Amino acid sequence: MEALELARWQFGITTVYHFILVPLTIGLSVLVAIMQTAWVRTGNEKWLRLTKFYGKLLLINFALGVATGIVQEFQFGMNWSEYSRYVGDIFGAPLAMEALIAFFLESTFLGLWIFGWDRLPKKVHLATLWLFAIGSTLSAYFIIAANSWMQHPVGAEFNPETGRAEMNDIFAVLTNNTTLLAYPHVIATAFLVAGTFVGGIAVYWMVRKARVNRDDADIPVYRTAARFGAWVMILAGAAVIVTGDLQAKLMFEQQPIKMAAAEGLIETAQPAPFSLLSIGNLAGNDPESVRHLIEIPGLLSYMATGDWDAEIKGINDLQEIYAERYGATDSAGNPIEYRPNLAITYWSFRLMIGLAVFSAALALAVLWFTRKGRVADQPWLRKLALIALPMPYLAASFGWIFTEMGRQPFVVAPNPTGSDQVFLMTQYGVSETVSAGVVLSSMVIFTLVYAVLGVFWFRLIQRYAVEGAPQVEPAPDPDADDASRPLSFAY
Amino acid sequence: MDLAIVWFILLAVLWTGYLVLEGFDFGVGMLMPFVAKNDKERRVALNTIGPVWDGNEVWLLTAGGATFAAFPEWYATMFSGFYIPLFLILLALIVRAVAIEYRGKINSDVWRRRWDLAIIISAWIPSILWGVAFANLVRGVNLDENHQYAGTFFDLLTPFALLGGVVTLLLFLSHGAIFLSLKSDGVVRERSEALARKFSLFAIVAAGVWAVWGQLAFSNNTWTWAAVAVAAVGLVATWVATGLKRYGWAFLFNAVAVAAAVTFIFGALYPEVMPAINNPANSLTIANASSTEYTLTVMTWVAVIFTPVVLAYQAWTYWVFRKRIHVDHIPEHSSLTFTKA
Repeated sequence: MEALELARWQFGITTVYHFILVPLTIGLSVLVAIMQTAWVRTGNEKWLRLTKFYGKLLLINFALGVATGIVQEFQFGMNWSEYSRYVGDIFGAPLAMEALIAFFLESTFLGLWIFGWDRLPKKVHLATLWLFAIGSTLSAYFIIAANSWMQHPVGAEFNPETGRAEMNDIFAVLTNNTTLLAYPHVIATAFLVAGTFVGGIAVYWMVRKARVNRDDADIPVYRTAARFGAWVMILAGAAVIVTGDLQAKLMFEQQPIKMAAAEGLIETAQPAPFSLLSIGNLAGNDPESVRHLIEIPGLLSYMATGDWDAEIKGINDLQEIYAERYGATDSAGNPIEYRPNLAITYWSFRLMIGLAVFSAALALAVLWFTRKGRVADQPWLRKLALIALPMPYLAASFGWIFTEMGRQPFVVAPNPTGSDQVFLMTQYGVSETVSAGVVLSSMVIFTLVYAVLGVFWFRLIQRYAVEGAPQVEPAPDPDADDASRPLSFAY
Repeated sequence: MDLAIVWFILLAVLWTGYLVLEGFDFGVGMLMPFVAKNDKERRVALNTIGPVWDGNEVWLLTAGGATFAAFPEWYATMFSGFYIPLFLILLALIVRAVAIEYRGKINSDVWRRRWDLAIIISAWIPSILWGVAFANLVRGVNLDENHQYAGTFFDLLTPFALLGGVVTLLLFLSHGAIFLSLKSDGVVRERSEALARKFSLFAIVAAGVWAVWGQLAFSNNTWTWAAVAVAAVGLVATWVATGLKRYGWAFLFNAVAVAAAVTFIFGALYPEVMPAINNPANSLTIANASSTEYTLTVMTWVAVIFTPVVLAYQAWTYWVFRKRIHVDHIPEHSSLTFTKA
């Protein structure tokens, strides 16, 4: 494999891995902050127990998320130096803002929260958690703004003198319509992940406890968390669907070839049917091999435009249009393939949508079987909870694989209504001075280290989840000699 | 003043913040086996940086992001050119973050000892490599006419660069020992005080030789002699203060020395950011590596508004956790093991 392919694999591996951790941190930080707020306001001990329980899991998750996040910022320069030269004038700004505005907030206040339990006044301590949650939620905004610029470059012009894209409007970059839809979509996903996590683990415990003793004092604690998680899943799920639909409509305008590939639409059609099942060459590089097995007439036209009879361009026509507009051959004289990998875009798009269904099923089942004070003890519900737990993670990963793979062969996709010259093919973004052997070695080592750390992460999360919500210890006597009191938490 | 120059200075400030703050984090990690002889003592050392190390590390992310935003060409050439040292630093930072957070999560001696080893090694590696990287900037590297790094990993390991690695290593060891002298109590404090005395002396020698060598052989400017002088005074004052057991002052003087060292590094480069030793025409300069005036203006506003806020709440964190830590403050381990009760 060449350095280009290896660098793409490395980016894919490190980014998908990082994003397994990120949504839980974002969503769970807010949910734990809500739990602690409920405790501070009501004084009800069950909220304190839940705060401590899920707070521990949040910390285990956050550590690995931070660790793998550092790589993200460095690897643009390390593996994608030509990309960095081309976009740095625009792309660097949101990254620097993310660090200065969001990461400092996140990391500093998390330290205060972890170590501040009996050192800070109750309300100040609660505020540190909210600031942490705000920091992590805010960080997503900047990185989504950066990514959206790669999907839909705005606020920039190509400067032939410097050979790079240059920013002329930061507000356009930060209020890119792609960002304004992608951000709520990602945040809603984060809450879906966190809601499923909170609800799933609580259901597991509620059923387990109820099967032994229906009067167990812990059951109300877990029942509360299960219903809380279920409501989060319902609300977040609805938001995911609405923002996803709006985003898809927008993407039909901004990157029509990505969406046509996602729907397996080979030839232009009016009206265009929605494919429920299409099969083809698994390498994904042969449009002629695609066979549509089950279709719903007209639905794709409606989903893309709101009009049942609209014409939707297929990838073959779009290939011609792109070739005419952005060049038919690359600098080496080879014809450019503007069609993204069909199998990957088609299936990752469907898996993203399909896998989220488990959370919906879990949420509805929980709300139904715990209605009006009931306690659920159905073993199948526990099984469903455990099956549903990893699904939104997978859905989110497939969503990113779709977004990034569907943008190929571009790393910065051209904006059809923006500056025609602001785009970059992925192959011209890779570092020229870094050899394939170096990229391969770093990729293998990163992957191995990530795998080992991933095993520890999983076993710790599992271990702490199986331990259950801790009993609350009495708060230390505030009049006791402060100097000799042990720390409430220490590494 | 030209905004690109402002950002050149701001980057020096960000790197100073990073090296001063994470410098003692690394120092504490490296010194763990020398100041702590059992688990409780190791936990004393580790918890002196417990609430703050993560926030300290963000200075690096900010410096990296700011380099990307303000000097994309510099970011691109340096990060792809220094690939292997940066890769090793990244690995160390990844393992270190997880190790600090996970070591106390399971009640097992084997578990803790292994993560402790990870904490120690992952502090030594970047402490050396940052010095190597900065020394290579000062010394200059081979760049082709497209500003691409034209060398190998082994070209980065010159005597001057390796001595640079020794300098950051000793500075961080001294800095960490002084920090522990300030923040710990009991035997850990006693051992740290003795080590601070030693390392602050070694740091004077290594840093002195390196800075004079750099000034004579590589500096673009004669005024950087002043930075060398301030650094030297700072380091000597640090050493004197450790003798007088005035560790607050020692910490301050050491921080001044680090700031002066960064000033020397950036001053020696100015007006270049990455000198090409094979052909000066290929050098990356403040002018040819920077972003547009517009982007720099935007970033200046962001920095002017948010940097003071960050400084304020980070300072508050240090105030909240100002107390010394003694073995008596260390709570019992959580009783969790992997074998379910």
